[in-house]
Amino acid sequence: MSTLVFLEHHGHELLKGSLGVLSKAAAFADADVAGVVIGSKVRALADQAGKFGAPKLYVADDARLEAPLPQPRVDVLAQLVRDKGIDTVLFGNSVLAADVAAGLAARLDAGLNWDLADLVQQDGKLVGKRPALQDSVYVDVGWKSEPRIALFRSGSFDPVAAGGSAQVEDVAVALEDFSTSARMVDQAHEESEGPSIEDAPVIVAGGRGLGGPENFTLVEELAKALGGAVGATRAVVDAGWYPYSTQVGQTGKTVSPKLYIACGISGAIQHKVGMQSSGVIVAINKDTNAPIFEFSDLGVVGDVHEVVPRLTELVRARKAS
Amino acid sequence: MKIAVCVKQVPEGNSRIDPETKRLDRSGEGALNAFDANAVEEALRLKDATGEGEVVLVSMGPPKAQDALRKALAMGADRAVLVTDEAAAGSDLVATSYTLAKALEREGADVILFGQQAGDSDGAVLWAAVADRLRLPVVSQAAEITQADGKLTVKRQTEFGYDVIEAPLPAVVAVSDAINEPRYPSLKGIMGAKSKAQATLSLSDLGVEGDRAGEQGSRTEVYGLNDPPARSESKKIEDNGNAAQAILDFLAEKRLV
Ligand SMILES: Cc1cc2nc3c(=O)[nH]c(=O)nc-3n(C[C@H](O)[C@H](O)[C@H](O)COP(=O)(O)OP(=O)(O)OC[C@H]3O[C@@H](n4cnc5c(N)ncnc54)[C@H](O)[C@@H]3O)c2cc1C
Ligand SMILES: Nc1ncnc2c1ncn2[C@@H]1O[C@H](COP(=O)(O)O)[C@@H](O)[C@H]1O
Repeated sequence: MSTLVFLEHHGHELLKGSLGVLSKAAAFADADVAGVVIGSKVRALADQAGKFGAPKLYVADDARLEAPLPQPRVDVLAQLVRDKGIDTVLFGNSVLAADVAAGLAARLDAGLNWDLADLVQQDGKLVGKRPALQDSVYVDVGWKSEPRIALFRSGSFDPVAAGGSAQVEDVAVALEDFSTSARMVDQAHEESEGPSIEDAPVIVAGGRGLGGPENFTLVEELAKALGGAVGATRAVVDAGWYPYSTQVGQTGKTVSPKLYIACGISGAIQHKVGMQSSGVIVAINKDTNAPIFEFSDLGVVGDVHEVVPRLTELVRARKAS
Repeated sequence: MKIAVCVKQVPEGNSRIDPETKRLDRSGEGALNAFDANAVEEALRLKDATGEGEVVLVSMGPPKAQDALRKALAMGADRAVLVTDEAAAGSDLVATSYTLAKALEREGADVILFGQQAGDSDGAVLWAAVADRLRLPVVSQAAEITQADGKLTVKRQTEFGYDVIEAPLPAVVAVSDAINEPRYPSLKGIMGAKSKAQATLSLSDLGVEGDRAGEQGSRTEVYGLNDPPARSESKKIEDNGNAAQAILDFLAEKRLV
């Protein structure tokens, strides 16, 4: 098995998600693993790649690859897969990685299995473990041809620093015209202000079910009463109801407080991956079929505008007594 | 400006996988994928902003997907194209993107919009595959789109903050579910939808060879279904006015207050 792991980077660091996938790939018995970094001035990442399990690292270094846009990366990977006879390409999920993986699948007419929680060798075959339908069923999936492409759910594997060093091979970059026609004109990297929600023992999170930004006072009050912090879904952050720094989920923070109270949150997979390891999960949602109830310890089918303020009062009363 | 919107019909309510075929059971009622309503809304907004043009729905699915398309027509889309063919059932990403790209090629739209994800597959990947086949620029997770001078400017969120990306037309864009508030179809819209064109295309109409669609055209397969890892007990209650107290008692029992 000749495996290539897409190593995503940000601010001179390889991402933890990519390193986790790399360590996973390196642990296969017959692993012939290489990493690939694509960007501008990225050769220095070789040390890190080696340490986490890549004996070999392909480096595509080009000023045109500086912005983290997917299509030029598809060009590089497609060429690499063809030239090096790679049979398996692995990605840790991210906004960038998903677009690269799907573009590559189309380019090579290769099978893509996404949202995998694990990958195992079974009877000489590679089998992906894919939680589906709100994770109510785990599907064993595979590939009918090579190369196989897999996109892993965020946080599936922990990086293992086994030590080692990567032999670097530069790869030439030939880009398609259409791949370079989209342009990054600005990147606003938001610094979070205030205490980080990652350390909060209690998080009260609000979603679109709150109905409007003004209703975030409901979750703020409850969070205050419980001595916790406020979290939010991407839907409300993108709508400008609450700051980006409080977003929980795949593109936001991964949190594991002792208590997570979800108010008016549907519980989409991308939200779930950021909070599923919380100790106790309580959800309040008026839709009895909301996916969030599938992974809550206590689910309340009710209106947040009724339940949340009352709960705040009760918590306050209890603390006062 | 001509805008094509890729929309999908998904099973209504809680879905299940058929243990026989190992495919999603699509026999029950269907609905317009909720995330696609945002794409339709954005298409209507873009069309209004330019003052002229057309919004075409493009979908692949069983014949009854027409109902879901009618809902999007009632919102204001101008016409719909449904690719429906027995031989397309069971298509994976590679096969679906190939067929959809063929259908989209015929339309030659300036902008091709996608929803954020299909509620049944949670893929959030299809647009990138379709864009590669069409050799067009792609931007995903769009939270804001503006257009001027033959190009789109898209604001979108990633793991690190916000990107602003510019793409020349024609371009493929997948929208986030926060980009807008989809309108409800008006009574007039619902009545009007009945007389809008809803074309049906087969794979051969599109020139899609049999071995590029359905299970034959797919490069992934399903081996089996398993139960998810066991979870600790969970309780669900209806609020009859005392849910807050029930939550408090629960938290007290867990020593969380
Ligand atoms: C690549 C990608 C990355 C993403 N990253 C993230 C991420 O990091 N974090 C994230 O959160 N999402 C993320 N998402 C989006 C995710 O898929 C969902 O769209 C989002 O989490 C939905 O937010 P929500 O629950 O607030 O809104 P909705 O899905 O609209 O849910 C609102 C819920 O509120 C309930 N409700 C309405 N009114 C009331 C009321 N009065 N009382 C009680 N309940 C009520 C409704 O029943 C509904 O279940 C991502 C998506 C993609 C494709
Ligand atoms: N069968 C289909 N026909 C038309 N559009 C589709 C189809 N499946 C998915 N889409 C579009 O692709 C988006 C993402 O789907 P997915 O990648 O499957 O989650 C959806 O929101 C739709 O806009």
